[in-house]
Amino acid sequence: MTTTADQQDEQGAVRRGAGLVVEGLGVSLTGRERAGTDVVEGIDLVLRPGEVVGLVGESGSGKTTVGTSLLGYSRAGAVISSGKVLVEGRDVLTMPWREVRQLRGEEVAYVPQDPASALNPSIRIGKQIVELQTLRGIGTTASRLQGARDGLAEVGLPNDDEFLRRYPHQLSGGQVQRVALAMAFLPKPKVLVLDEPTTGLDVTTQAMVLETMAGLCRTYGVSALYVTHDLAVVANIADRVAVMYAGQIAEIGDRRTIFASPSHPYTRALLDSIPHLSQARALTGIPGRTPAPGARPGGCRFHDRCAFVAEECRTTEPELRSVGPDHDVRCLRSEDIGRWDISRGTVPDADPDQPREVVLSIEGLDVFYGRKHVVHDVSFDVGKAEVVALVGESGSGKTTISRCVGGLHREWTGSISFDGTPLAKGARKRSAADRKRIQYIFQNPYLSLNPRLTVEQIVTRPMELFGIAKGREATDRAKVLLDQVALGPAMLELQANRLSGGERQRVAIARALAAEPDVLICDEITSALDVSVQGSIVALLEGLRIERGISMLFVTHNLALVRSIAARVEILQAGRVVEAGSVVSVMDSPAEDYTRNLLANSPRID
Amino acid sequence: MSAVEETPGSTPAGAAQRGPAPSPGFWTRARRQPRFVFGLVVTVLVVVFAVVAPFFAPFGENETAGAPFSPDGVFGTDYLGQDVLSRLMYGGEAILLISVLGTLLGMVLGVLIGVVAAYGGGWWDEVIMRLNDVTLAFPQILLALVVLTAVEQPTAWIIVLLVGVSHAPRVARVSRGVALGIVSRDFVVAAEALGERRSRVILAEVLPNMSTPLLAEAGLRLTYSIGLVAALGFLGFSADPGSANWGQMIQENRLALSTQPWAVLAPVAVIAVFTIATNLMADGLAQLAQRGE
Repeated sequence: MTTTADQQDEQGAVRRGAGLVVEGLGVSLTGRERAGTDVVEGIDLVLRPGEVVGLVGESGSGKTTVGTSLLGYSRAGAVISSGKVLVEGRDVLTMPWREVRQLRGEEVAYVPQDPASALNPSIRIGKQIVELQTLRGIGTTASRLQGARDGLAEVGLPNDDEFLRRYPHQLSGGQVQRVALAMAFLPKPKVLVLDEPTTGLDVTTQAMVLETMAGLCRTYGVSALYVTHDLAVVANIADRVAVMYAGQIAEIGDRRTIFASPSHPYTRALLDSIPHLSQARALTGIPGRTPAPGARPGGCRFHDRCAFVAEECRTTEPELRSVGPDHDVRCLRSEDIGRWDISRGTVPDADPDQPREVVLSIEGLDVFYGRKHVVHDVSFDVGKAEVVALVGESGSGKTTISRCVGGLHREWTGSISFDGTPLAKGARKRSAADRKRIQYIFQNPYLSLNPRLTVEQIVTRPMELFGIAKGREATDRAKVLLDQVALGPAMLELQANRLSGGERQRVAIARALAAEPDVLICDEITSALDVSVQGSIVALLEGLRIERGISMLFVTHNLALVRSIAARVEILQAGRVVEAGSVVSVMDSPAEDYTRNLLANSPRID
Repeated sequence: MSAVEETPGSTPAGAAQRGPAPSPGFWTRARRQPRFVFGLVVTVLVVVFAVVAPFFAPFGENETAGAPFSPDGVFGTDYLGQDVLSRLMYGGEAILLISVLGTLLGMVLGVLIGVVAAYGGGWWDEVIMRLNDVTLAFPQILLALVVLTAVEQPTAWIIVLLVGVSHAPRVARVSRGVALGIVSRDFVVAAEALGERRSRVILAEVLPNMSTPLLAEAGLRLTYSIGLVAALGFLGFSADPGSANWGQMIQENRLALSTQPWAVLAPVAVIAVFTIATNLMADGLAQLAQRGE
C-alpha cells in the first residue's frame, strides 16, 4: 500500500526488455445472429517490465476479455478477431497451440478471481505446487519440494510440513489467493494477469495480498495487468491506469494523472461515485446503463450517458489522443469540460449531536447457529430517520444480526424492540404491522427477486398482502414507486430476469418501499453492483431517508461507504461490538486497534 | 448451441452485461434443440396415430380377417385370425391414455411430497423422505402385480392409480432435490419475511421455478409409464382382455414369433419408437434445464 514511492525509484533499473505489447486487439462474437459484433476493439496497451497496469471498468466493459486475450484465450462464443499480443516480440495470437500452452503459465501467468475453484480440492497444497513444477519441468525431483517451500515463503505463508499437507478447504480465502500467487510466480513468468483477485476478500486480507503481489512484481521485474472494477484498489497499487468503457479504452495514463486530472467524463463520473474515507460525499451515479456488445451507440460510445455531450459526440467517433505526457483520452471535448477536483461533492458529515428518537433498540442480543454461539451480547439502537451501519469483516456477525432483526433467523436470545414493544423471533410470529414496518433488502439482487414473476407482480404483492392497495390502484402505486427508484413504468411488464443488477436492486428497494416501512434493513445491498450503480442507489436511499423519515440498518464491509451514508456505526469483530459511536468520532479518532487496522487497510482514493 | 445463449457460468456481471437484449424465451430455445424437436415430432405422430387410426382401420377390433397367423394384409393376422394392422391401430389409445394419466397423477403426488419435504425442512423432511425411501425400495412392477392379482377384474382407473402411485416416490426424490436449491434462495426468504402463506410460497414462488426440470422428469416418467402399462398388458393385466392393446398383442402372438413375426414385431416397434421419442424429448428438456435459465 505504501510502496508506490520506492516503486518509482526502482522502475528505472527494472525497465528492460519489451514486456508485453498489445496492438489493435479486437474480440468479437461468433454464432449465427451476433457474428462480428465486437466485444472489445482497438485495444493498444503496453506493459513495461516491473509495471502494474490497472485495467478498470464496469461490468460489460470488456476488461476481463482483454485480460484473457493476453493468454491467447477467448471465452466460448467469442473469438480474437484482430490485433497482436507481443510477448518479447513474439505474437501470442499467431503461435501454434502447443507453444501457446507452453506460454500460458510459464511466460504469461493468470490469477483468477476465485482461486478456490482453481485449486483441486482433493489434492494437498504441497503436492499441487510440486505437481505444477513437474508439469513445467522446473528443477529436479529433489529440488521441487524445496521450491514449493520457497514459493510459499515468498508470499508470506508458513511452509512447514503441516501447511504443505493441508487441503485447499483448510485455508482461508486470503491464504488460498496467496497460494495461487505463489503458483503463478513459480515458473518465473514475464507477465501476470490478475482478474479481480481480491474481490470477496476482507480489506485486511486484500491489503496483504496486494502488497505481496506488488512486491513480487518489483522483485522479479514482472509486468502485471490488474483487472478490476475497484478504482480505489487501483489507486493504491497500479503504476498506470487504463479505464475501459463499452469495449474501448476511454482513458489511459499514469496513476497520478488519472486521479489528479481525469480528462474523460466517464472517468470523472466513476470517481464521483466512489465514497471517500476522510469525508462524507453526496454520491452520484451515472444515468443509463453500460451498453451490451451489439447495442453500443454510434459516435462516442459514452455520449448517451455523458453530462458534457455535444452534437459532434453523437456523430463522430473519437480517437484515443494524447493530452499530456503518457496520458491518452478518447474524448472530443476533453479540453472543454473544465478542471477537476477530487473533493468535489463532499458534504458535511452527519451531525453527531443531533437529537435522536429511538425506534429500534437491540439489547443483549446473543445469536446461535445450532450449538454455535456466533453473536455475543450486542446492544445498539437506531433512531428515526437515522442510518446505523454495521461494519465488520466476513464472519463478524453483521448479517446475522440484521437477519435476526428482520425475523429471518430465529435462534437468538435478548431483546429487539420496535417502538417500545418487543419483536417476536420469526417473521411468522410477528404481527402483520411489525412485518410491514420492517423491510429487508438482500445483498444479491440476482437471488432476491423471483425470476418468473413480473416487476408488477413483485412490487404490488406487499401492497395486497398488507391491504394497502389492490388491483388498478396497486399498479398505479407501483408506477409511482418505480418512478421514485428511477425506473420507467415500462419495467412493470418485464420479468425480473430481464433486468440488470442495478435495476433488480432498485426493484427490490421498490418492493420494500411498497410496504411503506419505517425501518429498512439493507444487507450489503451495493456489494454486488458496479460503483456507478452503488452511487445512484446510495443517493436514492439518502433521498428516502430525508423525505420519508425512514430509518436504516445498513450492513456493509465498506468503511468509505459508511462515511457517506451513515450517522452512527457499530464496528463488529467475531460477533462482538468492539467500537460504536457517531461516524465522525469513530472514523476520525478510532479508539480500538481493530478499527484503526480496518481504516488503514481500506483502499482509498482521497 | 449458439452464441446467443449465455456462456456457461454466467455470472451476475455477465447477466448485467447482456443489457436490454432479452434472453430468448423457453420455447424459442427448446425449438433450437434438435433432440427435443425430433422427440416431440415423433411423439406427436404416435399420439395422432393412436387417436386417429381407429377410424381408418381396415378391419374391426375383434373382426376375423382370415386364418390365424396367415400373411394376409400388411402385417398378417394374429392368433385368432384378426388383422394385426387393425389391432395395432386400435391398441394405442388405451395405453396412451393410461400412461399419460398415470404420469400426471405420479407427477402431482411426487412433486407435492418432494416440495413439502424440501420446504418444510428439518424433521418434516426426514420423516417424509425416509417413508418415501421405504416405498422406493419396492419394485414398481411388483407393486402393480400384487394389487392386480388381488383384484378380480382390473379397471382402467386402477391401472392409472397403480402407475401413478408407483411413480410418486421417484418423482418426489427428484423434485425435492430441485426444490432444495430454490427454497434457500432469497426471494423465498423474502416472501417468508413478508409473511406469505406457506401454500402460496410453494405455489407462487417455488413451483414456477421448477417447471423445466419437472417437465424433463415428466417426459422420463411418461416413458416408464408406457413401458409399465405395456408390460402389464403383456402379463395379461389389462382393463379389457378382449380389446386390442400393444402390450397384450405381444403376449398373445409370441408363440408364432418364428412363423408370423409381424404380429409381435409391429407392436414392439411402436412401443419402442414411442418410448424413445418421449425419452429424447425429456432429455432435450433436461439439457435446457441444466444450462440454467
